[in-house]
Amino acid sequence: MRRLLAIILVCALIAGVGVGCKKAEVKPTEQVVNLGGIFPMTGSYAAFGTYSQNAMTMAVEEFNTAGGATIDGVKTTINYINEDDAASPEVGASAAQKLINQDKVIGIIGTVTSGVSLAIAPIATAAGVPEIATTSTNEKVTLVSDYIFRVCFIDPFQGPVIANYAYNTVKAKTAAVIYDNANDGTLLLAQCFKTGFEKDGGKIVAYEAFTNENTTVDFNAQLTKIKAAKPEFLYVSCFYGAAALILKQARAMGLNVPAGGSDGDDSPDLAKIGGAAAEGFVFSTNFSSGDPSPKGHNFVTAYTAKYGEAPGGPAALAYDATGLILDAFKTAGSIKGSDIRDAIKNTTFTGISGAYKFDANRNPIKAAVIVQIKNGQQTYLMKINP
Amino acid sequence: MGQFLQQLINGIQIGSIYALIALGYTMVYGIVRLINFAHADIFMVGAYMGFFLAPVMAKVFGGAFIPTIIAAMLITGLLGFVMEKLAYRPLRYKSRLSALITALGVSLFLENFCSLPFVFGPQFRKFPDLIVTKQITIPGNLGLSISNILLLDVGVSVILMVLLFWFVNKTLIGKQMRAVAFDKPTASLMGINIDVVISMAFIVGPALAGAGGILYGTTYGMLASPFLGIWPGIKAFIAAVLGGIGNIPGAVLGAYIMGISEAFATSVNSNLGYGIAFAILIGILLIRPSGLLGKFVPEKV
Repeated sequence: MRRLLAIILVCALIAGVGVGCKKAEVKPTEQVVNLGGIFPMTGSYAAFGTYSQNAMTMAVEEFNTAGGATIDGVKTTINYINEDDAASPEVGASAAQKLINQDKVIGIIGTVTSGVSLAIAPIATAAGVPEIATTSTNEKVTLVSDYIFRVCFIDPFQGPVIANYAYNTVKAKTAAVIYDNANDGTLLLAQCFKTGFEKDGGKIVAYEAFTNENTTVDFNAQLTKIKAAKPEFLYVSCFYGAAALILKQARAMGLNVPAGGSDGDDSPDLAKIGGAAAEGFVFSTNFSSGDPSPKGHNFVTAYTAKYGEAPGGPAALAYDATGLILDAFKTAGSIKGSDIRDAIKNTTFTGISGAYKFDANRNPIKAAVIVQIKNGQQTYLMKINP
Repeated sequence: MGQFLQQLINGIQIGSIYALIALGYTMVYGIVRLINFAHADIFMVGAYMGFFLAPVMAKVFGGAFIPTIIAAMLITGLLGFVMEKLAYRPLRYKSRLSALITALGVSLFLENFCSLPFVFGPQFRKFPDLIVTKQITIPGNLGLSISNILLLDVGVSVILMVLLFWFVNKTLIGKQMRAVAFDKPTASLMGINIDVVISMAFIVGPALAGAGGILYGTTYGMLASPFLGIWPGIKAFIAAVLGGIGNIPGAVLGAYIMGISEAFATSVNSNLGYGIAFAILIGILLIRPSGLLGKFVPEKV
């Protein structure tokens, strides 16, 4: 009896193996691959993270609804996995490890701060996974390897945009700079503004640093020094929270010169926290919700309908970055990192913030928008072509 | 000269915020010999209480500032009481190191728990304008100006310091606190209820931090995230050590030294501002290990 049972079991086992093998040979008709997003969902840049996550969700949904991609004759759709980097390089690095090793993502979108992107880039490179940074404007980010791209302009372009505006439009001959020295992005941007302004013929009369804007709230010491130097323009190189406080404290002490900033100031919170002090503030950014182009307008309408508030600049970039990588994925027809990378390199994708074409260092060649705060609202001022 | 005096004013402004946090650190340390790292986070909770309660208080009482600061002090005092009961009391007779590590744990818990979207949330918050800011120009040709908020900060921190000094030195419970600080077992034998005394310390200290949080919000008008207490907390802790930890006027003195030297260091070279606090700490500890006003107590063998 026992012998008979053993024979039956062995037969069943062999049969099972056979069936299993056969099953593996059959091609599935549909498959899902993972796409990773890394954004600061907590901490001081959380507003940027939320914009980016929302926009990326929209882009992935649209891609899947439109039928996805066809990889080796198999219909492939995308599953979006989001990770929080808390604007910290260490957290960002472990998020990238998780996405690559555990979720086997085909690519990574992110992140917001240059410092964190610089931490993610070597990990993505080692694994051969393409990464598209959204708002990391420090030029070093894409220099890590040819797997790293970005969809925003870079600081050597952005800094001079406001420098030229200050010199030519505001007619300021002297300027002061205040910057966060704890972030690779803001540190470099301050230098780029300085270089640009001096090239125009202006003079930088004060160049003051503060550290770690996450917790710094008192800028009076720096501003007192700046005020004594009597500048005609104030350039603020940091993110919106600190920028709002700097403007408030500057206006309170009677430093009433025109002021400007960068894409880091692109948040409704700037005007909300800064109040009257933020009036007239200008900043350069990639996309303005007041942009008159129809594609941009459609995105703003769809986003507002879905999330109940207008998207900030980072949303447009995350949307474009996702659209771009998925377009390249479709064109490449492969889930291999190197194939997707090559497709991104040769892309002709047109996003909502303009047409994308990458230069040799994988930076997009595209225009900047200058936005001004008027009556507490972001108002489209002008477009500057490279 | 004008710039020099203005930097002095800036330093006093920063210093008075540090002072309010430092008072709580020093008081708890003085009684239970525990550096309560979660103190800075209670300060944060106080600030957020202002954000959430001020609109309600304005509706109920008409004016917001005084009811909000009292409500925030009550809530943070309660939080301190609960914290002591749950986290520190079970470890009272264990090694000091366990309590210290628990304090770090409580601190991390408060920061991360409060960051959750359904608690305080991680985003920037505009702090309600409890008091309308006014710049008072000082007569003379130096171009100096002081805001009414600065006067409020200095006023509140000095008043609270005096009150605390009186509380600890003149009231019965204050005397009991000092007795417990001096010798716990003997105080217990003399009929002092140690539990009540320590609970009291954990109510008064956090309540001071709550008041500090409201002033911080009023002064700067923004709450960055539930991690906002970390740096002011570290600076205030250094201030307390600088003045002699456990010594109440010392904490305030240390805080003003910290604030003023930070402002001056920043005006010399803005990259130095942050680091200067630590340089001062090292310098003072080398010369006077027990702090400026601290008593030197030789170790009995």
